Amino acid sequence: MTQLALVIDLNVCVGCHACVTSCKEWNTSGWAGPMVDQNPYDGSPTGTFFNRVQTFEVGVFPNTETVHFPKSCLHCEEPPCVPVCPTGASHKRADNGVVLVDYDKCIGCKYCSWACPYGARELDEQEKVMKKCTLCIDRITDATLSDRDRQPACVLACPTSARLYGDVHDPDSEVSVAIRERGGYQLMPEWGTKPANHYLPRQKNRMYISPEELTRVDNPLRKEDLTTYTGEETLDDVAW
Amino acid sequence: MHPAFSVIFLTTLLGAGQGLFLAMFTGQLYALARFLPTQEDQFYAIGSLVALLLLVIGLGASFFHLGRPERAWRSAAMWRTSWLSREVIILPILMALVFAYSVAHLMHWTQPWFRIGESLGVDATLLVGLLGTIASFALFVSTAMIYASVKFLEEWHSTFTVANFTLLGLASGFMLAAAYSAYIGNPLVPFFGTWAVVLTLAAFVSRGAHLMRNARLKHKSSVQTAIGVRHTAVVQKAQGAMGGSFNTREFFHGRSPATVRFIRNTFLVLVFPIPILLIVAAYAIESTTLPILAFVVQYLGLIAERWYFFAEAKHPQNLYYQSIS
Ligand code: SF4
Ligand code: SF4
Repeated sequence: MTQLALVIDLNVCVGCHACVTSCKEWNTSGWAGPMVDQNPYDGSPTGTFFNRVQTFEVGVFPNTETVHFPKSCLHCEEPPCVPVCPTGASHKRADNGVVLVDYDKCIGCKYCSWACPYGARELDEQEKVMKKCTLCIDRITDATLSDRDRQPACVLACPTSARLYGDVHDPDSEVSVAIRERGGYQLMPEWGTKPANHYLPRQKNRMYISPEELTRVDNPLRKEDLTTYTGEETLDDVAW
Repeated sequence: MHPAFSVIFLTTLLGAGQGLFLAMFTGQLYALARFLPTQEDQFYAIGSLVALLLLVIGLGASFFHLGRPERAWRSAAMWRTSWLSREVIILPILMALVFAYSVAHLMHWTQPWFRIGESLGVDATLLVGLLGTIASFALFVSTAMIYASVKFLEEWHSTFTVANFTLLGLASGFMLAAAYSAYIGNPLVPFFGTWAVVLTLAAFVSRGAHLMRNARLKHKSSVQTAIGVRHTAVVQKAQGAMGGSFNTREFFHGRSPATVRFIRNTFLVLVFPIPILLIVAAYAIESTTLPILAFVVQYLGLIAERWYFFAEAKHPQNLYYQSIS
């Protein structure tokens, strides 16, 4: 079975919100739209977004690190939001594992949002139905698009390639390899929701150099050499 | 969670309605067993019509909770998995039964259809009342399970939720039956009043235990598991929106801890000791107004109780919405 998902590389995400704006642009003008914007030019702008980039600070000054954290529906393999829906509007597609809301059936009871621990669902204040990331279902299932374009809008927009997209059930896919080899993890594993989306941890390349590696303190030649030097070139200068 | 008044009224009014209907039927059963003087059919008929009215108003309140109320009929579809769907199915069934019970009494359909043993004649009111009793308890369970079944809301995910919804609903319903009897001046006030006090005490034990359980609750999720970073100091600096979002409106009550504590203490006083004292006083001085007051006070307390029930619950998604910038 196919399970399409995103893998988000926190190591390279720079928090530029390009995925947020391209997501909103694509989805508000397409099949899922419109996604409301209230007070867009006033003091308290608010609206519906499928994807948000949040920022966390790890550690205490001066040893801090900034983590930019894109968050959208994780297309859980055991989606707790689906069985609670009284109308059947919320469903998980059998063919590709994408969790969707049927906007024509949803009654806006918000029950599914209570049953998502990640806060991935937002009720649209204008449409009065529940909305969430569709993984750009209208792009990824559109056979007329080229392979390059048959990806979610956020993936295409990311300038640092922090967003990988593919089938996490295919062990040889780019996303599966990334999860396997680069320590991909799931959010809130304690709930058993089995999110399909994974995150790649921040990694630092550190080189450990000990003083011994910079200065040779125990040169065996020097120990055994009984010559008295008077400033001329020695074996040390040429060999080490 | 944000306490929505639509849901507060829905759950408290349904509870009182179910309780009142059960009180009427209990009265009929006791009269049948000759523990109580037999009442006019009209007494049960009007009592259950009041219960029906409460159910109707409660249902009306629930529509304000929906974004698309015109599609509400669709919500009966998923009864196999969703407690909300089950509630949506059982509520109209109960309404129909309560209505039928009332009509059966109004029309005096009390000719026994068959007899069990010598003395028990089973008539329409008895059968419909029995079915209504089953439906009432089924409704208590499904209403409460809507909340108790969401494992992420750990404050709610407990059998206490079901016990409280049932006992508090029963208590307020019997309280209302006592008030109704006092209002029309019939001698059943002590009977309903005693049951109301017993049920209120039982609800106090259950609600108190629930409060104590929640006070010791340790939440499963933390900001560390939320973003998957292993460090003791992780603080949010931005949530991706400046003017709030559905996530900040639906999952936060926005009141100070002092207000929440005040509401809790208010309901602890209004729901339990005051109505009990009023019923006892009514018994002592044979007052016909105090039982009515007891019901009103307890119902107001229940609104506070339900408000606190929502405000107390902390959703794990809140970990992603700790600071704006
Ligand atoms: S992230 Fe939330 S909305 Fe998406 S599938 Fe999982 S539980 Fe459902
Ligand atoms: S808000 Fe819509 S999708 Fe969510 S549970 Fe209610 S009907 Fe289902």
